[in-house]
Amino acid sequence: MELITPDFGLIFWQLIVFGILFFLLAKYAWKPIIQSLAEREQSIDEAIKLSETTRAEMAELKAGNEQLIASARSERDALIKQAKEASDAMISQAKLDAQTAANQEIEKARVAFEQEKASAVAAIRKEAASLSLDLAEKVLKSQLKDKAAQEKLVTEWMADVKLS
Amino acid sequence: MQVKTSIQKMYFSNILLGLFLSFISLSAFANEPAAAPTPEVKETAAHVAAPAEAKTEKFDPGKLILHHIADEHEWHFFTVGHFHATLPLPCIVYTASSGLQVFSSANFKNEHHEEVPYNGFVLEHGKIHAENGEKVFDISITKNVASLLLSAVLLLTIFIGIGKKYQDNPHRAPKGLQSMFEPIIIFVRDEIAKNNIGEKHYRRFMPYLLTIFFFIWFNNMLGLIPGGANVTGNIAVTLVLAIIAFIVTNLNGRSTYWTHIFAMPGVPKWMLVILTPVEIVGVFMKPFSLMVRLFANITAGHIILLSLVSLIFIFENAALGLAVVPFSLFMNVIELIVAFIQAFIFTMLVSNYIGSAVEEHHH
Repeated sequence: MELITPDFGLIFWQLIVFGILFFLLAKYAWKPIIQSLAEREQSIDEAIKLSETTRAEMAELKAGNEQLIASARSERDALIKQAKEASDAMISQAKLDAQTAANQEIEKARVAFEQEKASAVAAIRKEAASLSLDLAEKVLKSQLKDKAAQEKLVTEWMADVKLS
Repeated sequence: MQVKTSIQKMYFSNILLGLFLSFISLSAFANEPAAAPTPEVKETAAHVAAPAEAKTEKFDPGKLILHHIADEHEWHFFTVGHFHATLPLPCIVYTASSGLQVFSSANFKNEHHEEVPYNGFVLEHGKIHAENGEKVFDISITKNVASLLLSAVLLLTIFIGIGKKYQDNPHRAPKGLQSMFEPIIIFVRDEIAKNNIGEKHYRRFMPYLLTIFFFIWFNNMLGLIPGGANVTGNIAVTLVLAIIAFIVTNLNGRSTYWTHIFAMPGVPKWMLVILTPVEIVGVFMKPFSLMVRLFANITAGHIILLSLVSLIFIFENAALGLAVVPFSLFMNVIELIVAFIQAFIFTMLVSNYIGSAVEEHHH
């Protein structure tokens, strides 16, 4: 019976001790513990959410970057192609220009040469004609001193004329 | 799964307890007339440590066990021969004629360790009576009160220390003691409070629930230390815990709670004649069951352990220790689990009652 009879003194002390314990623990232990546990959970939650959004943003950014890189690359390729075409065109034009210039030069030189040649031939011809005239005059003068010679010569010329 | 097996074991231990209780109460009552408060009988507690004396007197396990689970005015640790290792505790008594008096409980013992009256008071069966028959208000620091204070100091040191750590770095991972108790605190919060009270109201009951949980658990554990006091196995302690639970529950009762008690919705009017008294009894039955459950479980554990050890002295056979010691070790481990489970069950039921009190109408 004594076992199940509550003792006054113990009830008294239990009330006091439990009351003080509750007051002190609630104020100095449970309040900061519960609060910081909740805060920590919230901050972890937020951190996870933040990392997720960051990850999504990063993925978006990466996709954008890749697109940018691809477009830059194609642009570069186009540019290079264009430049190549331009240079090719320039080179062929230059070649063509050079060819025509050279041809013109050559033509000019040829024309000049032809003229020079013609004039030289003319001069030589003239010289040769006067020389042969002179020679002929001298030959004639010497040959035509006698009559026979003159006649022989005229016959020869006549023969020649006939032949030609 | 683990909880299930330990509950099964609890049932097993309760069956054992039933057997032992009947045995103990029989033998205790059988010996009651013979048990005069002579010094010899008072020393029965010493027999565990002094088996040599057992031969001279008859060993009474019922007396021994009841003595060990009851409160006392001194803290008795062990006895070797005629040396009694006891810590005298302060007696604080109030009577109408002599007022408040404080003295050491050592005054009730003379040099031969016999009980003697002191200053008009006499210590009889662990209770202080006035020699003139006056009513005595005894608020002595008994063994249980001392243990209670010890547990309070322990709880305050540990949890205020932990609280300070949380306050200093709230967003850091827990360390040391903090990381030992954090899962348990979270367990109380998520599994007990949130589940039973609900997300909306649980927070303001957390300090109360954590206090009762750790108070009961720590005192259960302290009681398992050899020489420790049986605080949570004392009906006065569980009575106060139950009364506080009763007050907390009913002060927070909302309209739904009270309507369910006095006018259960959805039942015919005439049924209320039966239902309402049942519900009103239920209001008082809930804390009563809390009180009895904790008291009985913890006391039962102590009785089983003491009974097992007593077996050696009943049969006066040391060889029995080979069987008894492993079994009491096993029981001790079970008791460690029970210490936690009882704290858990008490807290869970209280939060369940609070949950039904704060529940809002949602039909």
